[in-house]
Amino acid sequence: MNGKQKSGSGTAEMRALLLIVGLLFAGSAPALAASEADFKAAFATAEAAEKEAGQLRNQWTTTEAALAAAKKAAAAGDFDQAVASAKEAEALAKASIFQATSEKERWKDMEIR
Amino acid sequence: MTMRLPIRLASVALALAVVALAGLSARAADTPDPVADAKAFQKFFKDRFPNLKPEDFVNGPYSMNEDLHRQWEEKEQFPPYEFALEAGKEMFAKPFKNGKTYADCFPSGGIGIRQNYPYFDEKEGKVITLELALNRCREANGEAPLSYVKDDMASLTAYMAYTSRGKPMDIKIPNDPRALEAYENGKRYFYTRRGQLNFSCATCHVQSPGERIRAEILAPALGILNAMPIYRSEWSGMGTTSRRFTTCNSQIRGVPLSPQDDDYRDLEYFLSYVSNGLPISGPGARP
Repeated sequence: MNGKQKSGSGTAEMRALLLIVGLLFAGSAPALAASEADFKAAFATAEAAEKEAGQLRNQWTTTEAALAAAKKAAAAGDFDQAVASAKEAEALAKASIFQATSEKERWKDMEIR
Repeated sequence: MTMRLPIRLASVALALAVVALAGLSARAADTPDPVADAKAFQKFFKDRFPNLKPEDFVNGPYSMNEDLHRQWEEKEQFPPYEFALEAGKEMFAKPFKNGKTYADCFPSGGIGIRQNYPYFDEKEGKVITLELALNRCREANGEAPLSYVKDDMASLTAYMAYTSRGKPMDIKIPNDPRALEAYENGKRYFYTRRGQLNFSCATCHVQSPGERIRAEILAPALGILNAMPIYRSEWSGMGTTSRRFTTCNSQIRGVPLSPQDDDYRDLEYFLSYVSNGLPISGPGARP
């Protein structure tokens, strides 16, 4: 009985260990090399946000630079850098959209009256 | 009991009247009033720089700093824009291939008219700047338009400004809702923060004139366009109003609009209008 119990506990331990190892791998997944598909997805998202900023007539030069850097890195096959730059571009574009939206009324605070 | 109902009714009527009045005053505050704007705009700068004569504002940073002012007075003896002035005079007089000249496109032959630009064209429903009018003149006479940000355009406007020196800026807003909307759009553009640095035009030229931004001394917004075009030492050359607007935008990390975009035209309209009465001093020189 005890031996069986021991053996059962060993299996449980092994399962827990495998789970931990599995989780560790899952956690380290972003550190794995990004693929071209990852870049394309990140770039499309960033480009869409920048297009929206353009419709609000408020694009930032830094967003454009980050998009260009993403393209350049992808062309050189460095998809990790390409994805990082695309994500930076997306964050910048979103900030410019926020700025344009909040300024629709807030500009009046600065007006000389 | 019988007295309570009339009292209640009166209270409700009073409350409604207060709400209606509040609504009216809110609407009044939002209704564009260029005359009041210009008065408040000029008062703001005069209060802030009480020792400055009103006509000195058109000298930009040179009016804000004594040392710079002395340097400028010396510079004016051999002004750096002189070559552009000569070139502009020559270009202005040189006939197009069809024999006509710029003078044929403008009132008073284009001499002494800088203070009336930009104006609102009621036929087109848009603001027409001097730079735009010059290119339209070229195109109407079969010539290719000039770059809005390069030397030839600056030379032409330098000459036209020079012939108008001392004349008070005289921008009119006709009784046309589209003109008022153009003015209001220009005002909105002027005060709206943009670019990654989160600056509006007013951040530098209303909140900080006379202050340094790196090595530069910021010019006041009042009269800032009266000196256009300008020779800038930083550019080692002449710059048009278009060049000034686009570089301002990129300096705050915003993607500039195309030169002579409607927003820039409206901005020029607003900024020129609030400087009405101040003399034309262009072409100017800036550090």
